[in-house]
Amino acid sequence: MITVNDRDRIVWREGLTVEGLMKEMGYDYALITVTVDGVLVPEDDYGTFPLRDGSRVVVFHLAHGG
Amino acid sequence: MEKTPRIFEKNVPGSTEKLAGSTVGIAGCGGLGSNAALALARAGIGRLILADRDLVEESNLNRQCYFLSDVGKVKVEALASLIRAINPGIRLDIHRIEISPANTAELFGEADLLIEAFDRAESKRWLIETWCKSFPKRPVVGASGISGIGKSSEIIVRSSGMIHIVGDQKTSMEIGLCSARVGLVANTQANIAIALLTDMEI
Repeated sequence: MITVNDRDRIVWREGLTVEGLMKEMGYDYALITVTVDGVLVPEDDYGTFPLRDGSRVVVFHLAHGG
Repeated sequence: MEKTPRIFEKNVPGSTEKLAGSTVGIAGCGGLGSNAALALARAGIGRLILADRDLVEESNLNRQCYFLSDVGKVKVEALASLIRAINPGIRLDIHRIEISPANTAELFGEADLLIEAFDRAESKRWLIETWCKSFPKRPVVGASGISGIGKSSEIIVRSSGMIHIVGDQKTSMEIGLCSARVGLVANTQANIAIALLTDMEI
């Protein structure tokens, strides 16, 4: 099981990556920042970064304004 | 410091020395960065590294800490003057520059913590990514979702590892920006920075 934003629970499967998880959750990842177990995953690594069973994923949504 | 020996007299006991020995980077000196910088300067941060490319515009004054007399001035210079008018003992490094992934580590390399205070979400994203890659053990305090009016309780802090993001993570600047809500987020960013630097709970 993977936990997303301390709220959503997603069933883990072998080979699941950050990219796969974002697709499964319907996130358009143009404007997000993602951490897995407290470590930032660079955008270039979304397609290859493997999630393990029990990973805690946080997706920050970034909105314009400063 | 000797010019203003009483400025930190009302500080939380034990915090002043820790803050005086700390350096904070401020990436962007608009609504978030200018207000966060003033809060940090008042709190007694020893050194601030300020970076922004812009001049002060009249349309900034609805939320940024500048005065009408600052319009047309280089933002980082105007901000430095305001900070020194409060706390002349602070060390300031000011950079009128376009911050980019290529110069982020060099500009803010001596900062213990970074305040992300950009306008554009895309820029927030590369700044956070660049900072975390360059300095994986140093915190970054960013903001997302600061626009509109009201809905104070939707301004929350989300944290993961070294990343802390303040805001509602929804509202975009196209709906307009207001002093109080932007200031709420900026001061929350400063509050988190101060807590982290003084080993207190955020």
